Amino acid sequence: MHRRMEWIYAWLLLTPALILLFAFTHYPAVTTFWASFFSTPRGRREAEFVGLENYVTLLEDETFWQVLVNNAWYAGITIPVSIALALIMALWVDGKLRGRSFIRMAYFAPTVLPLIAVANIWMFFYTPGFGLIDQVRGLFGLGEVNWLGDPDLALGSVIVVAIWKEAGFFMIFYLAALQSIPPSLREAADIEGASRWTYFRRIVFPLLMPTTLFVSINAVINSFRLVDHIFVMTNGGPDNASSLLLFYIYETAFQYWETAYASTLTVVLLLLLSLLAIGQFFFFDRKVHYR
Amino acid sequence: MKGVGIEVRALTKRWEETTAVDAVSFSASAGQFTVLLGPSGCGKSTTLRLIAGLEEASSGQILIDGDDVTRQPPNKRKISMVFQSYALFPHLSVAENILFGLKVRRVPAREQSDRLEKTAALLGLSDLLKRRPSQLSGGQQQRVALGRAIIAEKPICLMDEPLSNLDAKLRHEMRIELRALQQKLGLTMVYVTHDQAEAISMADKIIVLNGGRVEQAATPRALYETPASLFAARFIGTPPMNLLRLARQDGGWMIAGDAAPFAKQFEGPLPDELYFGVRPEDLSLAGEGGVPAVVEAVEYLGADNMIDCRIGTERLTARLPHHFKITPGETIRLTWAPGAAHLFNALTEERLEEASRLLARSAGPPRDETRELSAPPASAAQGPR
Ligand SMILES: Nc1ncnc2c1ncn2[C@@H]1O[C@H](COP(=O)(O)OP(=O)(O)OP(=O)(O)O)[C@@H](O)[C@H]1O
Ligand SMILES: [Mg+2]
Repeated sequence: MHRRMEWIYAWLLLTPALILLFAFTHYPAVTTFWASFFSTPRGRREAEFVGLENYVTLLEDETFWQVLVNNAWYAGITIPVSIALALIMALWVDGKLRGRSFIRMAYFAPTVLPLIAVANIWMFFYTPGFGLIDQVRGLFGLGEVNWLGDPDLALGSVIVVAIWKEAGFFMIFYLAALQSIPPSLREAADIEGASRWTYFRRIVFPLLMPTTLFVSINAVINSFRLVDHIFVMTNGGPDNASSLLLFYIYETAFQYWETAYASTLTVVLLLLLSLLAIGQFFFFDRKVHYR
Repeated sequence: MKGVGIEVRALTKRWEETTAVDAVSFSASAGQFTVLLGPSGCGKSTTLRLIAGLEEASSGQILIDGDDVTRQPPNKRKISMVFQSYALFPHLSVAENILFGLKVRRVPAREQSDRLEKTAALLGLSDLLKRRPSQLSGGQQQRVALGRAIIAEKPICLMDEPLSNLDAKLRHEMRIELRALQQKLGLTMVYVTHDQAEAISMADKIIVLNGGRVEQAATPRALYETPASLFAARFIGTPPMNLLRLARQDGGWMIAGDAAPFAKQFEGPLPDELYFGVRPEDLSLAGEGGVPAVVEAVEYLGADNMIDCRIGTERLTARLPHHFKITPGETIRLTWAPGAAHLFNALTEERLEEASRLLARSAGPPRDETRELSAPPASAAQGPR
């Protein structure tokens, strides 16, 4: 009897969250999956079941493949570079500036700013001729560069902004983790004559593993999710050179109104993300020591 | 790894406005167990960390085995250290924790495993080598920290309150083990504690620190029998020594607030106030004579009773065998053995060695005649409460 009551309470407490979760996450996900097997409804024409036709289109869609390759580069560079940068900055700040919150705040600033604002700042850096970068280049007698307009440079320029934004965010997590390592561990290592590098490699780095796992999962998700700055800076161009999967989904759905095909692309994105997340857990599981 | 000696000369450590260690000098002889003892915040840990090289001295010198190591890094100082928090590496197994230093120094693998085996056997850790520190009890963690220190085979071992996280029973066992281990290995041990019982039971020599300065450096026995200052007298012993204020009165001395002369004049230049010290366990009931004291409270401890009493305005505690039936309000007559009396200068707080000896010899427990001259019948003067 008593147990029954507890169950009822539990369900009552869970219900609001469950309703929201189902209404806004699970139900749309399932309908998206469902929609990917139908044609796009146009005017009076209803959506028809077309089986795997959308998926065949996808395989033959050159833009899709280009966007996927772009995204692979985007992820492949932003993830390791922003994590490495975050770790290096955290180590530096932790060692030299223990307790100086202002400096930490300065590092954190890119994270507080919305990505759109960050993109605007960087637009100023990148502007050909007038931009900060070109002005500095001018001092050395170097010519103008159209950072965002050149198909070879656009993706790289967008990647730099993402790294700039992400590294500060991840640094905060590393900093918190570093500050939770008792200083006596460093002292114990000093007494044994361990070098700074040995101490980092054998003690600090392994102790940071849970943070690295957390940060890298975030980084993976962000590498598919963070596309706001593309709207401001390049709009995917030139010629899809800086377009990413999510941006392409947006274009397909809300500019070309190919909702069925956009659903198909979304299913692919979800699939990719789940595979990556599962892979990461397995990869890290053996290497992470949770305290 | 026979121990080597440490000498500390006028060592000082200052942070902006605090002076944690103030011109501290002492020596720790080779193969001896030296304890740094003092209340919280007196600079024990700082002194130890200065010896270890984890803090940089503001001034002064540290000599280890005759060499000046004041500016040397920790690993050049022939020391190993056990931290209060143990500082075990949480992600490494017991074996890896113990071997950490040997690996850093690239000791050959064969030798590593031999030494690990020996150390683990010595500390009873052989079955725990694969565990992580979080899977060990406090006492076991303590042993691992100890193992990491002794496998290094350094001649000096420094310990900062290594037993403070253990329960009373385990602490007692580890005290005995540590002492035995130190003697077996012939280590020079410098051991920090704020627990005077721990210090007395383990040390060859105790350095009493107070406010960053050395109050006294002596063997446990000397510290107990002839405390060099009021501070040392108060700090050693449970309960600590009774200290009663003596005031000068017509060419003699009397206990503050008491009506009866206590002792004759001592020779030498003395201030107007002295402290008379006697340990609770040195007090006994006088058959005849003695100093009358009013009993205020009786605490029953089994074999002994702690009797809190008052003489004049001064309070004192006597430790008396339980078969004396004593009740609060009663007046008892206290006496003590010659040699159990201590006198301190109330201004400088230093021990008055000469006067203490005189007091022991002549005045002692004051003789009846002197007392009878002016003392009203004690029981009438102070009624029961
Ligand atoms: N890093 C520091 N910066 C400033 N002051 C410090 C620092 N470390 C210690 N102190 C001060 O130095 C004094 C001595 O500290 P220390 O840690 O040596 O005391 P302790 O005798 O070990 O005390 P405890 O028994 O509480 O461990 C204290 O007043 C402390 O506040
Ligand atoms: Mg301390």
